Amino acid sequence: MTYRMKLWVGAGALLSFAGGVALATSPAPRPESLQTTELPRHKVPVSKDGNLVVGMCDGETSLEVKGVKEGQSLTREQAARVSAELMETWLKKNPDANWDPAPPPGVAQGQKQAPQQKNPPMGTQKPATGGEMREGGVTAESGGKEVRKQAGTNIQDGHSYGAFTQRDEAVWAASTQQFVDEGHRVFHDAAAVGGTIAVSCDMCHPDASNTHPETYPKYQVQLGRVALLRDMINWCIENPVRGKPLADGDPRLRAMEAYIYAQRKGTKLEYGKK
Amino acid sequence: MGNKFRSIETKHYEERDAFFEGLKRLDRRAFLRVAGMSAGIVAGMGLRSPQSFQLVNVAEAQGTKPRFSFAYISDTHLYEQKLNDRFIRSILKAVDDVNGLDPQPDFVLFGGDLAQLGQAGELKLGAQILKSVKAPVKMMVGEHDWFLDMGELWRDLFGAPNYSFDHKGVHFVVLNSILEKDFWTERKLTPKERMQIVAGLDNGIQSRFEVGGEQREWMKQDLAKVDKKTPVIVFSHSPLYKYYRPWNFWTDDADEVQALLKPFERVTVIHGHTHQLLSNRINNIQFHGMLSTAWPWPYAPEGLPQLTVQMNRPDPFSQFDGCGDGRMDVLESGLVDKLYNLWERNPITVRASYLASGGKQDAPPRTKLPSY
Repeated sequence: MTYRMKLWVGAGALLSFAGGVALATSPAPRPESLQTTELPRHKVPVSKDGNLVVGMCDGETSLEVKGVKEGQSLTREQAARVSAELMETWLKKNPDANWDPAPPPGVAQGQKQAPQQKNPPMGTQKPATGGEMREGGVTAESGGKEVRKQAGTNIQDGHSYGAFTQRDEAVWAASTQQFVDEGHRVFHDAAAVGGTIAVSCDMCHPDASNTHPETYPKYQVQLGRVALLRDMINWCIENPVRGKPLADGDPRLRAMEAYIYAQRKGTKLEYGKK
Repeated sequence: MGNKFRSIETKHYEERDAFFEGLKRLDRRAFLRVAGMSAGIVAGMGLRSPQSFQLVNVAEAQGTKPRFSFAYISDTHLYEQKLNDRFIRSILKAVDDVNGLDPQPDFVLFGGDLAQLGQAGELKLGAQILKSVKAPVKMMVGEHDWFLDMGELWRDLFGAPNYSFDHKGVHFVVLNSILEKDFWTERKLTPKERMQIVAGLDNGIQSRFEVGGEQREWMKQDLAKVDKKTPVIVFSHSPLYKYYRPWNFWTDDADEVQALLKPFERVTVIHGHTHQLLSNRINNIQFHGMLSTAWPWPYAPEGLPQLTVQMNRPDPFSQFDGCGDGRMDVLESGLVDKLYNLWERNPITVRASYLASGGKQDAPPRTKLPSY
C-alpha cells in the first residue's frame, strides 16, 4: 500500500465515522415500541480515583484506565491498548468463541449435509440454516470450534461474497422465521387481514393446507387469466373474507406468502398444475 | 337468492315431479321408451339413490330396502347475523333441504358445531333456526359450542350432551366426544381465549379430543342392556378413530370406545367435525363423516382411511361448493347407506355394502380432482 492510498483509506474511515455520528445523533423519530421501553444499559463501576472506566460491548466487562480522568479523552495508542486488553479478558471468559483475528478460513468442501426429508409433515417447517443449530439460541461460542478446525484448509478465499459464519446464518434463519411467524399471525386473524365477517384464512386452510403455492403461476379459469399466489390470496381476502385486497407491497401480503411457502417446504415446484 | 342456488335435491325432486306428471300422459309404448331413456340417463350420470324416481332402481332395491331414513345438518358454525350472515344462509338452505324431503325423515340429526365461538347469541340463533325443522331434531354437541362456558348454555338449550334412544329396532348412542384435558388453567386463559384456541383447527396449544372415562363407563352401562344382535348407531362429533392428530380429526380414547362396541354385530358411527366425504371401517364398525354447511375442510396430509373416496376438490369461487347436508338410509340389516347431498354437485352415496366388502362392491364414483 502506498502512502497516498493509506491517506485515502484513512480519510474514508474518518468520513464514515463522521457519518455514523451524524446518524446516531440526528433526531430521527424512533418507533413507538422503542420510545416506551427502556433499552438495557451497561453501567460501568465508578473509579475511586476518578479515573476513566471503559465498558465493553458484551455489556459486562470493563476496564479502569489509570492516569486518565473521567471526561478526558484517550490518545490513539491508549485506546488501542485498552481495547486489546478488554478483548483479551473477553477471550479468556469465552475460550470457544468464534473470534476472527485474520480473514476467515471459509467453509471446507464436501461438508456433510443433513439428509433432506422428501415431504416433511406440515407445521414443523424451519428455514434453512446451512447447518445444525444448537438449542438455546446463538451464543458467543456458536461455531467457534468449527472455524478453528477449518483454519489452514486449502480453499478459495479472499473475497467477502459468501464469507459468512454459521452465526450469520442462524441470525438470518431467525429473521426469516420471524417473517413466517408474522404471516402465521395474519393468516389466523380475521381482523389483521382486514376481514369484516370474522372469517380468517385458517378456517378453510388449517396449516395453510390446500393453498398449493407450488402450482402458481397457473391459468385460473374462474379469473380468466394467469394468476400468482398473491392473486388468489387477494381473491380470498375480497370474497370469502370480505375485506379489501392488499397492495403488492403490503407487509401482510408478503408475510402471508412467506408463511404459505414455508408450509410447503420440500414440495416439488409444478407451476401451471391444474 | 331465488332459484339461483337450488340444491341438487331440490332439482332432483322437481325433475321427479315433472317425470311422473309426464307419465300420466303416456301410452304403454311411450312409457317404456321414457323408462329406458331415464335409465340410460341415470346410468350415465352415475346416480343411484335407493329412493330415486328412476325406474332403474326398482330391481336394485331388492334386499337393501331401507327400514327408515334420517337426515342430518351439521357443522353450521354460526356467527351472529350482524357479524356474518353467510353461514346463516347456509343453515337455512339445509333446513329447506330436509324439510323438502319426501318422504320426511324419521328425525334430523344435528351433528355439532352449531356456533362458531360458543356465544349465547350464536347458540340461541341456531336453536331458533332449528325450530323450523319439521321432523324431530336430535342434538349433538361440538367443540365450538362447548369451550366458552364448558357447555353450560348448550345444556340449558338442548339438554344432556350424551344420551341414548331406540328407534325401530336400532339402538342409538349420542356421545360428547370433544372433551379436552385442561390446557387453560395453568396458562391462565380466559374462557374467550380458551374458546378461540379450540376454534383454531391447527392450534396446537389445545389438547386432543376424548370421550373420557366417566362417559365411557356410562356407555358401558347403557350398552349392557342391549342385545348383541341389535344394530347400534353411534353419533359422535369427532371421528371415533385416529385420522390426523394435529387437527383433532381424532379421538384420543377411540380404541377404548371401539372396544365397547366390539361385541355388537353391526355398528355404524356417524361423525361431524371433518367437513368432508369420509368413509372408514374398522372390524365390525363402519364410519361415515358428515358434510358441513359452512365450509369444507381439506383432506389431512396423512392418515386418510383407505376406504375413503375423496370428494372432488371444492371450487374456491363457489360459496356452497363442498358443503351440504345429507341422509342416512338405515337398511333392514341395520347398517347405513350414507347419502352426501353436496350442494351444486351430484349427490354421492357411500353404501354399507361398499364398506362391508372392503371396497370390492358398490364403490362410490371416483375422484376427478384429488386434493393437492
